Amino acid sequence: MNVAETVFIDNVPTTETDASPPSVTEQKADEADHVLDTMQTQDFPPPSTAKDQFQEELVIKPLHSGDIYASFQFRTQWDTDFLLGSKVSHYRLFPKSLGQVISKFSVRELHISFTQGYWRTMQWGQPFLPSPPGAELWVWFQDTVTDVDLAWKELTNVLSGIFCASLNFIDSTNTVQPSASFKPLGVGNVTDQRFLRYAVLPREIVCTENLTPWKKLLPCGSKAGLAVLMKSEKLFHSSFHSQALHIRPVCKCKSTSWELRQTLNVVFDLHTSGQGKREWSLFKMFSRTLTEACPLASSSKVYVDITDNPQGELFELSPATPLVSQAVVLGDGRTYSVYDLTDHATFGQTHSLNVLLRWRAAESGEMLRPLLHGERYVAGYGLQTGEIHTLVYNNHPYRAFPVLLLDTVPWYLRLYIHTLTVTSKGRDNKPSYIHYQPSKDRLQPHLLEMLIQLPPNSVTEVTVQFERALLKWTEYTPDPNHGFYVGSSVISALVPSVVAMDTNNTQERPLFSSFFPCKEESTYFMRIYTEPLLVNLPTPDFSMPYNVICLTCTVVAVGYGSLYNLLTRTFQVEEPSQGLAKRLANIIRRLRGVPLLT
Amino acid sequence: KRNQCYFKRSLNVVCTSRFWFNYRHVANTLSVYRSVKRLGIPDSHIVLMLADDMACNHRNPKPATVFSHKNMELNVYGDDVEVDYRGYEVTVENFLRVLTGRLPPSTPRSKRLLSDDRSNILIYLTGHGGNGFLKFQDSEEISNVELADAFEQMWTKRRYNELLFIIDTCQGASMYERFYSPNIMALASSQVGEDSLSHQPDLAIGVHLMDRYTFYLLEFLEDIHPSSTTNMKDLFKVCPKSQCVSTPGHRTDLFLRDPGSVLITDFFGSVRKVEITTDTINLTAPMVHLEDTRPVRELRTEIQTYMDQLPVAEIIHQKPKQKDWHPPDGFILGLWTLILLVFFKTYGIKHLKHIF
Repeated sequence: MNVAETVFIDNVPTTETDASPPSVTEQKADEADHVLDTMQTQDFPPPSTAKDQFQEELVIKPLHSGDIYASFQFRTQWDTDFLLGSKVSHYRLFPKSLGQVISKFSVRELHISFTQGYWRTMQWGQPFLPSPPGAELWVWFQDTVTDVDLAWKELTNVLSGIFCASLNFIDSTNTVQPSASFKPLGVGNVTDQRFLRYAVLPREIVCTENLTPWKKLLPCGSKAGLAVLMKSEKLFHSSFHSQALHIRPVCKCKSTSWELRQTLNVVFDLHTSGQGKREWSLFKMFSRTLTEACPLASSSKVYVDITDNPQGELFELSPATPLVSQAVVLGDGRTYSVYDLTDHATFGQTHSLNVLLRWRAAESGEMLRPLLHGERYVAGYGLQTGEIHTLVYNNHPYRAFPVLLLDTVPWYLRLYIHTLTVTSKGRDNKPSYIHYQPSKDRLQPHLLEMLIQLPPNSVTEVTVQFERALLKWTEYTPDPNHGFYVGSSVISALVPSVVAMDTNNTQERPLFSSFFPCKEESTYFMRIYTEPLLVNLPTPDFSMPYNVICLTCTVVAVGYGSLYNLLTRTFQVEEPSQGLAKRLANIIRRLRGVPLLT
Repeated sequence: KRNQCYFKRSLNVVCTSRFWFNYRHVANTLSVYRSVKRLGIPDSHIVLMLADDMACNHRNPKPATVFSHKNMELNVYGDDVEVDYRGYEVTVENFLRVLTGRLPPSTPRSKRLLSDDRSNILIYLTGHGGNGFLKFQDSEEISNVELADAFEQMWTKRRYNELLFIIDTCQGASMYERFYSPNIMALASSQVGEDSLSHQPDLAIGVHLMDRYTFYLLEFLEDIHPSSTTNMKDLFKVCPKSQCVSTPGHRTDLFLRDPGSVLITDFFGSVRKVEITTDTINLTAPMVHLEDTRPVRELRTEIQTYMDQLPVAEIIHQKPKQKDWHPPDGFILGLWTLILLVFFKTYGIKHLKHIF
């Protein structure tokens, strides 16, 4: 690992067939002719180049632990302006439901992700696009919006209908307004954080009902292209599954252009999906092979990471492909074998592509040492107090770098900020910036943002004590003994990179390397999420009202009843009943008027 | 007599039970959902409420599947399911709001029961119940009186034309005893005092997969296709006591039509009337792709760039540093001097020697 000399790697593919796309717009013109044929007769001149394009790619990366990581990215780019006066009504590749959401709520950027499972950085390295467990939504509104909270509330309701998720549970008790994190990822100049809202629902489940509407937003749906691989039975039988949607304005340098990126990251486990054998193929992962590219896509590629396998000694990749591409991803230069699906030769005789990786040697899955790593846990005992510990590891041997830690804690864990300590290597490490917004009961959560400089090769520990609150009995969920979730901490950092990053953001690059914009060559931006916490709150026994009513009624009945009887009962002496003969005699005596027998 | 084909179909299928061992209630609901989708009713007309997630539950040995037959023969979850209310959203309040239409204005369309007086509605409830109530999520109940009142609200607001109510719980017949609105037909899986039983467990999954009544109902519906002429009288015969152990019941006194003339597809299926014509129709002048007449904003005055994701210097100087407030220098000294002077002025200089 040459850290001393910076190696600049060209992004142009080294060997390629002659089907290189020099100018994407020229290619689009041909496709545009076919699509718009139905709208025009031959008399009219061919239309100008279509303004939207769609690209899809799949990256397969074998991981050290034997698992395999597959990342799908679908990008639709459209040169239009939703927010100009006239309404946009003709949608082609860009989904209409999202376009209407953007224009109605004056959204500048929208990022939503649904994740099942937790990303294990120590075993798997860094993901291309990080996401916390559950559902996460953060939105930048335009500065023309007057009531941001109202727009936020309506937006979450609309999104909950589009994605079949319970996003309507996002309200003021779990929404925060970060003051320094989550800067916009698109172009623009506005940085007034009043227009930013962030919320996370750690309890949210992801299942087929979230995947189905997500797939329907793709231009080809799940019928052609890479999306045919998305079978829910295989995707959810994995260690990690995350699907996300990112909308932002990007730079086309002449006009505004909107970009919609749909990403799906999945990690298949060696033992549950791989049956213990270290051999992976598209058919084994997705129970399907690829048969064609999406006809509406301008580029459709499959990348396989072969950086650790330069001579083919670790695993064997079939079918062989001459295309090799190099890209700088996460600060490191990686080499990829590329399968271009728009080229019919890729599919071979069988008209299907099944990428197969077969390992030759058994490799031990040792733990990695990622540059930046975070952990979080709750310490303490009992149901009254506790302590939240967040550990941030900086494993770089000699470089220190700053991280921004964002913590959102629900109001029912009352944080005592005077007990906040930040220690690195045993010594106190004072953050250069702290922003704390205290919680209000049942109104807003705690927000804690800190900018901490991490010394090289160290562990920084942030601890804060809290006290648990007793909720009102209607505020408990139907299963309160499960516990209550606290959302993940977000750690945003500028990490030093191994190789020089490319700062030219307008150049065409593989999608997976061009999500976070680069400003400097020596560092790159990274965001990691810690585990969510599960805390138990003091839970009452919900059968107690019934028990209390029974007990009270019994006590009242027994006690009051006895007292009432004592006070009002009178005793009368009663004659014992006489025999039959005597009674008859008495009747006759009464008739005669003679005194009765006793 | 109005042709039933012209009536819209709407559905509200609800599973009210939480926890893994109530897998069968979710399977019940999904099998009814699947049958009606197969018979032609689109998702936009179905409000599906599942109180817990079984398919992606961590206890499920086959994720993203819910099976109704043992040996995993039939996956009722499928690939194209849209759950409108899930998890904690399935509450008595939300259920009644969906029925009566009193939802907050920002509720999306997929969560509303968009019905009017030309809709035939099917409501299917399953879960744990008792005499006169149905339990929601192990924490609250809906009573038969509330349900009857909700249906009356729907009738007065003209939210349905005909309503079919099916319930598969213990003592289910008690839930339809109190109905008093016209045009309601009700079926239940068991009479008052009887328990509805589950059908069969699957040893691999470890729980019971379906309830008996819904299992035989599903078998009955599998034979129905969109143009079949089976009527309600056959539906009443589903699951006799020999198969169900409990006695299914039904109530038709509020229904205006004769049950023998009501087709199953009036509620469960939806057939669009299609008229095929062989004439050619000339469209008007071909559509021209309009050039974008709005002025393209070329060469902006300020070049738009990407933001710096972690501008450290900017963040640090964002908030002015809070300095602790100290009183101005010499203030305390001056204050004490003033106090002493006033003291000595009042009481005389002779006390000075006691101080120094």
